[in-house]
Amino acid sequence: MYSKKVLDHFKNPRNQGKLEDANAVAQKGNPVCGDVMKIYLKIENGIIKDAKFETLGCAAAIAVSSLLTEYIKGMTLEEAKKVTKDDIIREADGLPPAKVHCSMLGIDAALTALKNYEEREK
Amino acid sequence: MIYLDHSATTPVNEEVFRKMKPYFSEKFGNASSIHSYGLEAFEAVEETRKKVADFLGADPKEVLFTSGATESDNLAVFGVAEAQEKEGKKLSELHFITTSVEHPAIEEPFLKLKRKGAQVTFLPVQSNGIVDLKEVEKAIQDNTVFISMVYVNSEVGAKQPIKEVGRLVKNVREIRKKKNNLLPLLFHTDAVQAANFFTCDVNELGVDLMSLSGHKVYGPKGVGALFVRRGVKLMPQQIGGHQENNLRSGTYNVPAIVGMGEALKIVKRDRAKNNVYLRSLQKKLIDGILNKVPQAHLTTDVKNSSPAHVHFIFPGAEGESVLMDLDLNGICVSTGSACASSSLKSSSTLAAMGVSKEIVHGAIRMTLGLDNTEEQIDKVLEILPKVVEKYRSMSPDDLFTSEK
Repeated sequence: MYSKKVLDHFKNPRNQGKLEDANAVAQKGNPVCGDVMKIYLKIENGIIKDAKFETLGCAAAIAVSSLLTEYIKGMTLEEAKKVTKDDIIREADGLPPAKVHCSMLGIDAALTALKNYEEREK
Repeated sequence: MIYLDHSATTPVNEEVFRKMKPYFSEKFGNASSIHSYGLEAFEAVEETRKKVADFLGADPKEVLFTSGATESDNLAVFGVAEAQEKEGKKLSELHFITTSVEHPAIEEPFLKLKRKGAQVTFLPVQSNGIVDLKEVEKAIQDNTVFISMVYVNSEVGAKQPIKEVGRLVKNVREIRKKKNNLLPLLFHTDAVQAANFFTCDVNELGVDLMSLSGHKVYGPKGVGALFVRRGVKLMPQQIGGHQENNLRSGTYNVPAIVGMGEALKIVKRDRAKNNVYLRSLQKKLIDGILNKVPQAHLTTDVKNSSPAHVHFIFPGAEGESVLMDLDLNGICVSTGSACASSSLKSSSTLAAMGVSKEIVHGAIRMTLGLDNTEEQIDKVLEILPKVVEKYRSMSPDDLFTSEK
């Protein structure tokens, strides 16, 4: 059902937990399945220096949270804003059809965090 | 490995398997053939029919073999409805009653009848998952032709008052007779999850149709039965042969039929003893979880449930994550029914019981079986609390804190 990579990130999630010195934070819920993700970003000079997450959700939601934080670390804000669900599904080596929506949860949370950050920095 | 998913399926009993084996390669005949091979298979099917009839307290002629409970359920609902249409009734004139905690094999056929114009009432349940008898009484109208009520709900294990509804149906029929209302009122139960634990005597229960499955009673998959009381009008849903008096066409699955018959015989013989054993494991598991996991919501109403079901909601720990982590630890459980695992729709049973949307995804179902031991329960009680805590601590703080 799940790819080896998804199972690996579920069993050993990367960047799980709070990021105390985060300067961009957002929490998003998925009304379809009840999953909730909170993303913490530390942005310096327009670059995502660090990213962490807390997630209440299924194995796919946890794995996608882990993969996303890995994926966007080191990106510029402009690069991070262009990340799509297809990028995350590719990073996950695919998701079961019923779980494709999980890939949106992290992206929604990340985009909201970036938007909050930019509005504050304006 | 510790298997706690006996509501999904059970291992085939070794004695049952031994009885089935000759019917694969040695006594492989088609039970409809006239020659010796056919006769041998035919006799095996008919012997099994007697065993199933004995399990039901019915006449062998009232037992139909099917491919499983889904087919039995579909045949019961559509078969009864179409028989009424054949009598000249319009679907839109007829009323059907079922509950809001049925297996999809009952729920979806009723939804289809409803789309085709029939009047269908889905009875509510109380917070323990059980239908209030008064609601059944209230729902029955002069044009009600069919009531289908699951005997034991597969998710939380709630046992419905089948015997009481059976009596009610009988009373309504008496009244109808006096009023010269000639419409039938038929009562069906899906007894798939009940057969291991509770009487399936069709006269004691007062049912006219009953669905059974082979693989839930330590028998093989791909076989089921439908009890159809003599005189009940039913239209076949699978046609093209002549088997089962034209009510269910298709070559007899002889080894599976033989296996189911033997499995039901053993179930009836050992039921009382097994129930005592399962109740003791159920109590140990429930008490242990309530003791060791903070804020664990027990949804199974033990006094009115199967002895095998233990259903909990652990708010703040998503069910699938807990299930998969337990699996990595050698414990197999379920989040609800296996049939629902590829759909995102949260459980309609839990919704009907009034479980809130916020916590419904924290559901874990454990269903005990005869292969489980006290030592296994100890092991589960050691691992499960840690797993729940692990996923609770991964959740954003405002969603769950154990200190609350």
